[in-house]
Amino acid sequence: MGVEVVVEGLTKSFGKQTIWQDVTLTLPPGEVSVMLGPSGTGKSVFLKSLVGLLKPEQGKIVINGTDLVRCSEHRLYEIRKMFGVLFQDGALFGSMNLYDNIAFPLREHTRKTEAEVRRIVLEKMEMVGLVGAEKKLPGEISGGMRKRAGLARALVLDPEIILCDEPDSGLDPVRTAYLSQLLIDLNAQIDATILIVTHNINIARTVPDNLGMLFRRELVMFGPREVLLTSDEPVVEQFLNGRRLGPIGMSEEKDTATMAAEQAHADAGHSDGSTSEDVRGIIPQIEPTPGLPFRDAVRRRKDRVMSIIHQLPYQAQQGIIESLTTEEQVRYGVHVGAPAAAPAPSPWPRQGGVL
Amino acid sequence: MTTQTSFPGAGALRETGKLCQLGIDVVRTTFRRPFQLREFIQQSWFIVSVTVLPTALVSIPFGAVIALQLGSLTRQIGAQSFTGAASVLAIIQQASPIVTALLIAGAGGSAICADLGSRKIREEIDAMEVLGVSPIHRLVVPRVLAAMLVSVLLNGMVSVVGVLGGYFFNVIMQDGTPGAYLASFSALAQLPDLWISELKALIFGFIAGIVAAYRGLNPAGGPKGVGDAVNQAVVITFLLLFFVNFVLTTIYLQVVPAKGS
Ligand SMILES: Nc1ncnc2c1ncn2[C@@H]1O[C@H](COP(=O)(O)OP(=O)(O)OP(=O)(O)O)[C@@H](O)[C@H]1O
Ligand SMILES: [Mg+2]
Repeated sequence: MGVEVVVEGLTKSFGKQTIWQDVTLTLPPGEVSVMLGPSGTGKSVFLKSLVGLLKPEQGKIVINGTDLVRCSEHRLYEIRKMFGVLFQDGALFGSMNLYDNIAFPLREHTRKTEAEVRRIVLEKMEMVGLVGAEKKLPGEISGGMRKRAGLARALVLDPEIILCDEPDSGLDPVRTAYLSQLLIDLNAQIDATILIVTHNINIARTVPDNLGMLFRRELVMFGPREVLLTSDEPVVEQFLNGRRLGPIGMSEEKDTATMAAEQAHADAGHSDGSTSEDVRGIIPQIEPTPGLPFRDAVRRRKDRVMSIIHQLPYQAQQGIIESLTTEEQVRYGVHVGAPAAAPAPSPWPRQGGVL
Repeated sequence: MTTQTSFPGAGALRETGKLCQLGIDVVRTTFRRPFQLREFIQQSWFIVSVTVLPTALVSIPFGAVIALQLGSLTRQIGAQSFTGAASVLAIIQQASPIVTALLIAGAGGSAICADLGSRKIREEIDAMEVLGVSPIHRLVVPRVLAAMLVSVLLNGMVSVVGVLGGYFFNVIMQDGTPGAYLASFSALAQLPDLWISELKALIFGFIAGIVAAYRGLNPAGGPKGVGDAVNQAVVITFLLLFFVNFVLTTIYLQVVPAKGS
């Protein structure tokens, strides 16, 4: 099963510029999480900190009992073998063709014969739809292809934690949909902990179990997807709907004068850039392709969420309760329209180590 | 919780510290198996290919200038018979390591720095680290060793070409006698002169490789940063090399007694 990643009070700055501070969150083992945030809020920096490429000044990142911020270089290399990371631009090795790029981790870390390597590499290339491009150099293919090759390389060692930096950027909507499905299928098959960083609202609404958002040097929220999707927080509402009206500006901060001017424009009938409907609200999550195993993470998450449901905002509670079957509602002792009260006792025996 | 103290010169000290740290890491990692033989051979070949021709072209006039200068000087003080020895010593001990250093830093080091720098900004280095492969072991060590090897070989080549050039100019242009040139050669020159020359070249190759790798792995933001890094790498290497050359020469002259004294 995937591994839990615990982040506590993390702060990162470059010189005098603080990127984000006091970020605290837990990526539950085997679940899919998405981190949203406007451009430049440090999402990529956050991912790089999680794999120890950047050293935050304060806080901890605990994986399997090891604090990545302070552990030895040797230990860090050990821990990194559990990760599969997709970089924003693919980060393929420019001097190797796609085949060698994807085979690289296998050749470095396993004693597989060339025939086995070939089988695995071709399987992963087929998975991301790159069959026939084995001999191409990274400089000779499109950005979207580089991205998919980067993903194939990240997956080749069957990682326990998968980090994806904007898997959708540079991809068309159809490929993005395939990719979302691919990530969910992967999660069903190998039960890896997955963190996706993106601005893509569709991914945010349909893929994750947990959703978070970074803005103005802080983690605005992080929790079960229902919480963010039903949130009244102005930043979240603006971001999900892609409006100009709201606290997010072209540059990070928006001053009150600009905000007032924009409000005046909007009142005068000038479109604020969004479609008229509000896309907030909970829509069903993507399921694994029929024939694949059921996602264990879904069951674990349901248990986990139901044990903290009384702490969530009312709208989120209702969203969660509505998504349960009647039978489950009875089992957890909750009703549509009524606030969830006491912590519901878990109806299934707890599994070891699962929150 | 790394608090960075700041006082004048702290930045420079910090950089120097990191540079030394990289040097130590490289030395340590050199002995880690498996040795990256392919990369080493490719890099050696690459550095040779960018340095051999310019080195040959530089060393001929260098040898000639030294021979001509010494030739007229020795004639003025009436010591023609020592022209050969003096020019050979000057070429082997000083000129050839310096020429080698300039070319290893200017041609080889800048290529290494640009290569690593562009890999860094394309995030290839990060990706490699995340894949659990140490870029120092995989990329830096073979390059530094290649720079050292090529440096030693080039030094040998510069010595030979320089000495031949000196001989040619002295004998043909200044009517020196071939016999005297060769005889004085063995009267003053000794084997340690060659060793110190090669040792210098080895150390210069190491320094050039480390500085190039360090600057390449830490470019300051974006493609422009890589350009600046290459530039700085060459300048820093030159400064370091001339300084180290001074130190080594001083030590050598103190430690090894001159022949015939
Ligand atoms: N190595 C670095 N040195 C200095 N500043 C950096 C460095 N890397 C990132 N930054 C700064 O950190 C901030 C966040 O960058 P980051 O790349 O994480 O943004 P992002 O949220 O991933 O944006 P996008 O959605 O556009 O990819 C930016 O202001 C950037 O200038
Ligand atoms: Mg980014």
